[in-house]
Amino acid sequence: MKEILEILEKDARTTPEEIGKLLEISPKAVRNEIKKLEKDGVILRYKAIINKEMVRDEHADVRALIEVRLTPQKNVGFDRLAERIYQFPEVASCYLMSGTYDLLVVVEGKSIHTVSSFVSEKLAPMENVRGTVTHFILKKYKEDGDILKQPERSKRPAISL
Amino acid sequence: MRISKVVEQIPPSGIRVFFDLVLGMKDVISLGVGEPDFVTPWNIREAAIYSLEEGYTSYTSNKGLPELREAISRHLKNRYGLDYDPEEEILITVGVSEAFDLAMRAVITRADKILIPEPYYVSYGPIATLCGGKPVYIKTRVENGFKIMPKDISGHCDGKTKGIVLNYPNNPTGASYSRKELSRIAKAVLKHNLIMISDEIYSDLTYDFKHTPFAALPRMKERTIYLNGFSKAYAMTGWRIGYACGPRDVIAAMTKIHQYTMLCASIISQEAALKNGERSTEEMKREYKRRRSFVVWRLNEMGLECHKPEGAFYAFPSIKKTGLSSMEFSKELLKKEKVAVVPGTAFGPSGEGYLRISYASSMDKLKEAFIRIERFLKEEV
Repeated sequence: MKEILEILEKDARTTPEEIGKLLEISPKAVRNEIKKLEKDGVILRYKAIINKEMVRDEHADVRALIEVRLTPQKNVGFDRLAERIYQFPEVASCYLMSGTYDLLVVVEGKSIHTVSSFVSEKLAPMENVRGTVTHFILKKYKEDGDILKQPERSKRPAISL
Repeated sequence: MRISKVVEQIPPSGIRVFFDLVLGMKDVISLGVGEPDFVTPWNIREAAIYSLEEGYTSYTSNKGLPELREAISRHLKNRYGLDYDPEEEILITVGVSEAFDLAMRAVITRADKILIPEPYYVSYGPIATLCGGKPVYIKTRVENGFKIMPKDISGHCDGKTKGIVLNYPNNPTGASYSRKELSRIAKAVLKHNLIMISDEIYSDLTYDFKHTPFAALPRMKERTIYLNGFSKAYAMTGWRIGYACGPRDVIAAMTKIHQYTMLCASIISQEAALKNGERSTEEMKREYKRRRSFVVWRLNEMGLECHKPEGAFYAFPSIKKTGLSSMEFSKELLKKEKVAVVPGTAFGPSGEGYLRISYASSMDKLKEAFIRIERFLKEEV
């Protein structure tokens, strides 16, 4: 059910009882639906969204976007190569792209050094990888719909008719 | 100074004192607001910034930007099949408040009576009075879901009754009317030859059935002044853009007053309103609907009887069993638990024993507010 996902995407801690009240259906029906969504892999897991800009210190992870150009393989195209790349735990996200390169790989590491050695030692030398361009992220403003700064106080008066 | 007799006749708003109390307090969780809890969508704000950069800082035509009137005309046609000529039957106003004022001034001749269902939005009565009219309040009852009954209309009409104000979905009760219910009212309106001033500012927030504009009913368009605006559906309350649609003669009369008083609505706001496009309000509506379910459930669970509102973002629970007056309850709740609600009496005497609770607040805030209200009921009442 689409509306259950809409609620959980906003707040994953909403209980089946609460969802039941919001949608005026039984908690049991909600629980069954959620179980099914989990089983089908629609809901992968539940996690907190952390504003990494706020917990920044010298040990914070660095992130880079890496453009990867590939030579596609017979029969499987890019999928096999993509799999070989995204299996690395350093890879946070991996997308097949249209345009001048093929994969966009988001890599996370402890330092610029770890990220660059991952690229130069693991990614670039890989068979069928024709080239890489690495872009380090300097500052995050907004991530997946969340603006990464402290929410501003509402400017709406506390009471109005 | 010697103040006008008509103005002096309007009682001062008792609610003002309570408002000042709320505004003077910090860290209040507010369920007392009459506007959406989000900021105007960025595409609209961006359009306003752009229009400033482009130098759109002049007056517009008295009736409002032709493109905006055309957009409204198209919207009403697509959504409801309503035909309004953007040239002569639509007027852009400074919010629905101005549109209502113009409508009253345009139709009231001294001592004409205007029927106003109660509880009512605060400005209806005073404006009718300012225009030299006589507001006649008709009580609505919780048993009828705070809806006005056709026989109540007949019961309050006499030779001097000129018109009736309907506001649906309703502020403060959340009541709304299905097409069938409206048809019955239309019959009474026709029978008594009334003008309908229909304030439908919350029309996009109708949850259980499709909203029907009063003007869309057979033979009602020629006697209806349809009022709507951008405030609630697009979170544009501060921009002050509303509109009135109606027969040529009444729009011409309203435009005449508007051109001498307001001249025109702000061009920046009009440019911004133009950019809302045909934005879908469906997701917002689903969110409000869920909050409605939550609020009604929690209120009834803690023993504050509440009917299920059909629209807007207000619940109107009864607090009669606590033995407190609406004002006492609201003040105490504010002092003890820092939750702000509006006493029902702000909307007329039949609001006594009720509160207006706005659910234009995030789920997190609503949850916390109801924990506090529950504690208040246990400890103080």
